[in-house]
Amino acid sequence: MTKKIKNLNLNFGPQHPAAHGVLRLILELDGEVVEKADPHIGLLHRGTEKLIENKTYMQAVPYFDRLDYVAPMNQEHAFALAIEKILDIDVPIRAQYIRVMFCEIGRILSHILNVTTQALDVGALTPSLWGFEERETLMTFYERASGSRLHANYFRAGGVHQDLPAGLENDIAKFCETFPKIINDLENLLTDNRIFKQRNVDIGVVTKDDALDYSFSGVMIRGSGVPWDLRKSQPYDCYDQLEFKIPVGKNGDCYDRYLCRIEEMKESVSIIKQCLARMEKGPIKTFDGKISPPSKAEIKQSMEALIHHFKLFTEGYRVPKDEIYTAVEAPKGEFGVYLISDGSSKPYKCKIRAPGFSHLQSMDYLIKGHMLADVPAVLGSLDIVFGEVDR
Amino acid sequence: MNNLIDLEKKINSELTTKINKTSIKHDQIYVEIDKEDLIDVVLFIKTNKDTKFRQLIDITVVDYPEETQRFKIVYLFLSHEFNHRMILSYFINENELISSLTSVFPSANWMEREVFDMYGVNFKNHPDLRRILTDYGFEGHPLRKDFPLTGHSEVRYSEEKKKVISEPVKLEQNYRNFDYKSPWEGTKYIKEVSETNDKKN
Repeated sequence: MTKKIKNLNLNFGPQHPAAHGVLRLILELDGEVVEKADPHIGLLHRGTEKLIENKTYMQAVPYFDRLDYVAPMNQEHAFALAIEKILDIDVPIRAQYIRVMFCEIGRILSHILNVTTQALDVGALTPSLWGFEERETLMTFYERASGSRLHANYFRAGGVHQDLPAGLENDIAKFCETFPKIINDLENLLTDNRIFKQRNVDIGVVTKDDALDYSFSGVMIRGSGVPWDLRKSQPYDCYDQLEFKIPVGKNGDCYDRYLCRIEEMKESVSIIKQCLARMEKGPIKTFDGKISPPSKAEIKQSMEALIHHFKLFTEGYRVPKDEIYTAVEAPKGEFGVYLISDGSSKPYKCKIRAPGFSHLQSMDYLIKGHMLADVPAVLGSLDIVFGEVDR
Repeated sequence: MNNLIDLEKKINSELTTKINKTSIKHDQIYVEIDKEDLIDVVLFIKTNKDTKFRQLIDITVVDYPEETQRFKIVYLFLSHEFNHRMILSYFINENELISSLTSVFPSANWMEREVFDMYGVNFKNHPDLRRILTDYGFEGHPLRKDFPLTGHSEVRYSEEKKKVISEPVKLEQNYRNFDYKSPWEGTKYIKEVSETNDKKN
């Protein structure tokens, strides 16, 4: 007797807890083995690039928070750097340290979320409970500096919006003392855990060449053994004055990527400590009255300051005609802004290069031949956030 | 090639006729080519041992509706080996077909789908040219400059039909685009440091 065997098409998502957002994945299964994966994205598409073309440079900043919403300030950083390079302005050193410090806080935020949810996807609940407590502390730091836990809108071209409130530096320093213990606790639960290793070792292996061909960046490329980090190779702000190591993986599987993220969190803590140690009192944004708005006290005193304030918040500052691509090492990989300015106060074109977009694209290549149960493990290690994939 | 000037010379001497213009700005090299030479140039910069642009970072389009050659297609490349970035570009007319890079870089697949979705630029030899970011059944190409910011249609759940329906956009208030353009050029005046103990840089 012969049986007819037909491949099964399975619709994974868009409302599935392991899909990390609104991913619709069409899987073609042969028994339990995945033959083909076709991700359907765009369910969170908000037209960010179109909106930015219609806003002034200052009004465009909040849109960057809403891309990768687990590490908002890293995105703002790329946009601020792009404008600064075109305008050719210097950022005061204190502002540079503040920005780098908050970018590293963003990196920890993002890595905690990723590591713990990856553990959750393969069956470990406790890490997420422990990790989220720390995320809450970090988001309070965000709130104290910028006024909001997630959508910070804090970085400006030429510096940051306002200085750190009193006591925040001490509290961040205290956090740096207690947090390494939490990382150790997480590692105790996961790194040598038999189940966690069975689910992650040799799953979703990426070779060096494929990592390059598929435009991988960040942990995805470092996990495969390419020592590439924009903070080292193309340093921006004060990264060249700081000491930190770049963890690199060997095998390019999900487990190595997990290890890289854990090590990166430890390095981030060390970077934050260095920033706090070197930070001195001083200005936090450029003195150029054309770009940074005057203080409230000045507005009450000087007519010129009042005019500046009015013009900066209505027309906005103008950016000369230019074309530039700037990238930062966001927690998920290379986040870039390709900006075309036309001399007016609104960008003519602002293309956002999101790392998650190219990572998700390789889903078909990564998952082919794996079991259905490996899909969440691979998705988890890709570190996908739909805010940036769909833009 | 360890510095950009050598790289510029190298590209100009090796690809003489295929290069229209090169320049260096913001630590990046900008190269303009013709549409027909795309695959040749990209293969060269990817494989040559002195360039090694092994990674395609992104593909995008800039829309200039008033020009005869409306779209500027932009490719961003990165060379890990020499730590260089290249911005490659060329202009095309509205309905021109361009070659797909998917055979050279597999990651070009989604990038080209996005370009097709957002600007309506068509690629030949692309394995799977579908819309990617917009909704199923969407019409138009949203990032073109002549596409309105508010779009053409909006969706809502209809209680009568018991399903999600799409209808023309109705706004309570029109989108207000204020024109703040004025002769104000900004000022050269740099604020003085108010407190004396402040350290400047």
